[in-house]
Amino acid sequence: MKHRGVRVLAVIFVAGRLLAQHGYTPGDVEEGQQLFIENCAICHGPEGDAVPGVALARGKFRHASSDEELNQIIKNGIPGTAMPPGNFHEHQFTALIAYLRSMTASLAGSATTLGDAARGKTIFEGKGGCLNCHRVNGKGSYLGPELTDIGVTRRAAQLERSILEPDAEILPQNRFFHVVTRDGTTITGRLLNLDTFTVQLMDSNEQLRSFLKINLKEFEFVDRSPMPSYQGKLNPAEVADVVAYLVSLRGVDR
Amino acid sequence: MSARVLLLFFVAGSVFAQVTFERILGADKEPQNWLTYSGTPFSQRYSQLNEITTENVKDLELQWIYQASSLEKFEATALVVDGILYTVQAPNDIIALDAATGRTFWTYAYNPSPKARPCCGHINRGLAMLGNTLFMGTVDAHLVAVDAKSGHLLWDTTVAKAESGYSLTHAPLVVKDKVIVGTAGGEFGIRGFIAAYDVHTGKEAWRFYTVPGPGEPGRETWGGDSWKTGGASIWVTGSYDPALNLTYWGTGNPGPDWNGDPRPGDNLYSDSVVALDADTGKLKWHYQFSPHDEFDHDSVQIPLLADLEWPDEAGQKQMRKVMLWANRNGVFYVLDRATGQFLLGKPFVEVNWMNGFDEKGRPIRAPGKVPTVEGTSIYPGSEGATNWYSPSYSPRTGLFYVSSWADYASIFFRIPVKYTEGRVYAGGWPKSYVPDGRAAENFRKDEEGRGSVRAIDPKTGARAWEFKMNDVTDAGVLTTASDLLFSGGREGYFFALDARNGSLLWKATLGGVVASGPMTYSVDGRQYVSVAAGHSLFAFALKK
Repeated sequence: MKHRGVRVLAVIFVAGRLLAQHGYTPGDVEEGQQLFIENCAICHGPEGDAVPGVALARGKFRHASSDEELNQIIKNGIPGTAMPPGNFHEHQFTALIAYLRSMTASLAGSATTLGDAARGKTIFEGKGGCLNCHRVNGKGSYLGPELTDIGVTRRAAQLERSILEPDAEILPQNRFFHVVTRDGTTITGRLLNLDTFTVQLMDSNEQLRSFLKINLKEFEFVDRSPMPSYQGKLNPAEVADVVAYLVSLRGVDR
Repeated sequence: MSARVLLLFFVAGSVFAQVTFERILGADKEPQNWLTYSGTPFSQRYSQLNEITTENVKDLELQWIYQASSLEKFEATALVVDGILYTVQAPNDIIALDAATGRTFWTYAYNPSPKARPCCGHINRGLAMLGNTLFMGTVDAHLVAVDAKSGHLLWDTTVAKAESGYSLTHAPLVVKDKVIVGTAGGEFGIRGFIAAYDVHTGKEAWRFYTVPGPGEPGRETWGGDSWKTGGASIWVTGSYDPALNLTYWGTGNPGPDWNGDPRPGDNLYSDSVVALDADTGKLKWHYQFSPHDEFDHDSVQIPLLADLEWPDEAGQKQMRKVMLWANRNGVFYVLDRATGQFLLGKPFVEVNWMNGFDEKGRPIRAPGKVPTVEGTSIYPGSEGATNWYSPSYSPRTGLFYVSSWADYASIFFRIPVKYTEGRVYAGGWPKSYVPDGRAAENFRKDEEGRGSVRAIDPKTGARAWEFKMNDVTDAGVLTTASDLLFSGGREGYFFALDARNGSLLWKATLGGVVASGPMTYSVDGRQYVSVAAGHSLFAFALKK
């Protein structure tokens, strides 16, 4: 458990100001983490991302945004889901919320050196050519993963690795798929859905396509990422700038 | 019509509607009905109905849909009695429908306590019936009896304390004049038990603790006071053999799930099948599938009873009363159901936690395969090779059928753990190998595991065939006397296979996860097949 304690301290340091706004103490966060690991990780996983469709560390919850709403959900559970009502003392609800808030704050923090977001935006939209595949706030291509809120879903270090080593980790929802129809047409695109009988994907012309497997001669996953590595194409300072820009992308204002 | 004739008609009508225990025992002789959770007391989920065949199954069409006013998972298997279908809208509403049209006769609404904290959703898997009474376990650990004509409550018995983590999720089992249930809550440090209640009064008749207490045999398999929080929950319906007067129940994981340190020993009767005298609840025999389990290998599968030819000690084939069991731990078992003798054990998916059996049928644990702080890779993964969803056995094909999660692993983590009443008592967690598991369902590669329906020859444990699905499955299996097999999966397909070879004969897209066991019945000679998917119940029949 020792390394977890160190991480908690780092998180508290990075997130100190944010947490102070909510009135949480480092003690709250530490107690909350303990409660989370014992009671919540069984379903949510230690990173809060093990339940389909739920990512606690994003700071954007499906059923709550305010602390009071979070409190109600932890207390009462969510009907129609496996989320049960929690059996905690009042101050423990507070501690759990403090930890959830600290998870969000820790996403922003990273061992990676962040550059200048404005410069990063210029590189992203210019020499990087990122919009040829990605889309941010309504601009760019649909083919690659949408990045409008990438700053709340991925840590800086993960983003840096994706830029330098795109094949290192490809999330399941970003996998590419390759099909050959009976007439020999070859289509490669981002996989949107797959089941025993059908395939749905976004093809290279940004069209939504659906296929019955019985009408396909071949179908298979594309193992490598279609994204090129920027190792050697951008210098370390430029990579840091792009990462800073990506971290700043927090979704559509609403 | 004279008054006497009218009276006779009235009496005959109400007598006919009574579901006597004799009718339940002979349920296979009236296949138009579905009188108990698994179809018959032997739990084969096999029907004698044969109007729908391998040739005409392609002509199945939707007859009606019942949309539940509930967003909970729909895991119940319906009962059908003389044209009336009874099922549960989660968490605990009983619905009586016209089985031919899906129109509602009545709804009984039970409001469970908000203190109920079932681990995995406010769900219910179905009902039991005797006479004109329906029985339902509730998520706040009550057992209720409801009048099947009116939907009015007859009695309500508190089985256990909901605040401590106890709940009832499975369909009760009626044996003679008793209704039997067991308690869920294996992730909350409960002390599991199976109990029988008088069908007329709801008064407890007997109770069998699945974790023995002081002075009881098996107590020595729990170090210290760990028996008090030992789990061994019950959340799937048992079976009954009238000739032996034994009722069989599968038991859940020991608590805490992933850290066995607080509970040194084998932890009887967790992850076991127990054979109980149906009149007294006394243990006749037990077999423990996973001694000192640390992988959440609940043995809450349906105890499927069959009579098979089996070689005796002299090698002569004799009819033998056996029990067939594909376990969450990845192994297929055949046991003698009179004695509990281990007859066969063979992995039916990839397994790495054990390396075969000793001469007594105890699994030999693979060294080093335990949850750790750093994480340990275990096959089968956290959801098991199969789970609570019903298997089937066809006496025609002689094959055992099971929905399974095939050939995948999870990483099992251990953490220190202490018990607090009503809180999770797990001691760790499993982690999926697929990164960002929340999005993985519809992007799954074959090597990340898959769902399948597997046919197993019970005489050898060998696989006869497999129907592969891209996604995993929580759907039960139904077979019929016309060699049809019905099942489904998380992709939302409901399909029919040829039970002899696994070939796909028909499918329908239901648009929601099939997490229930299909069943079949007939009304006025017309055969229906029914299954729940998403939040709705569907009924199919041949085009007229």
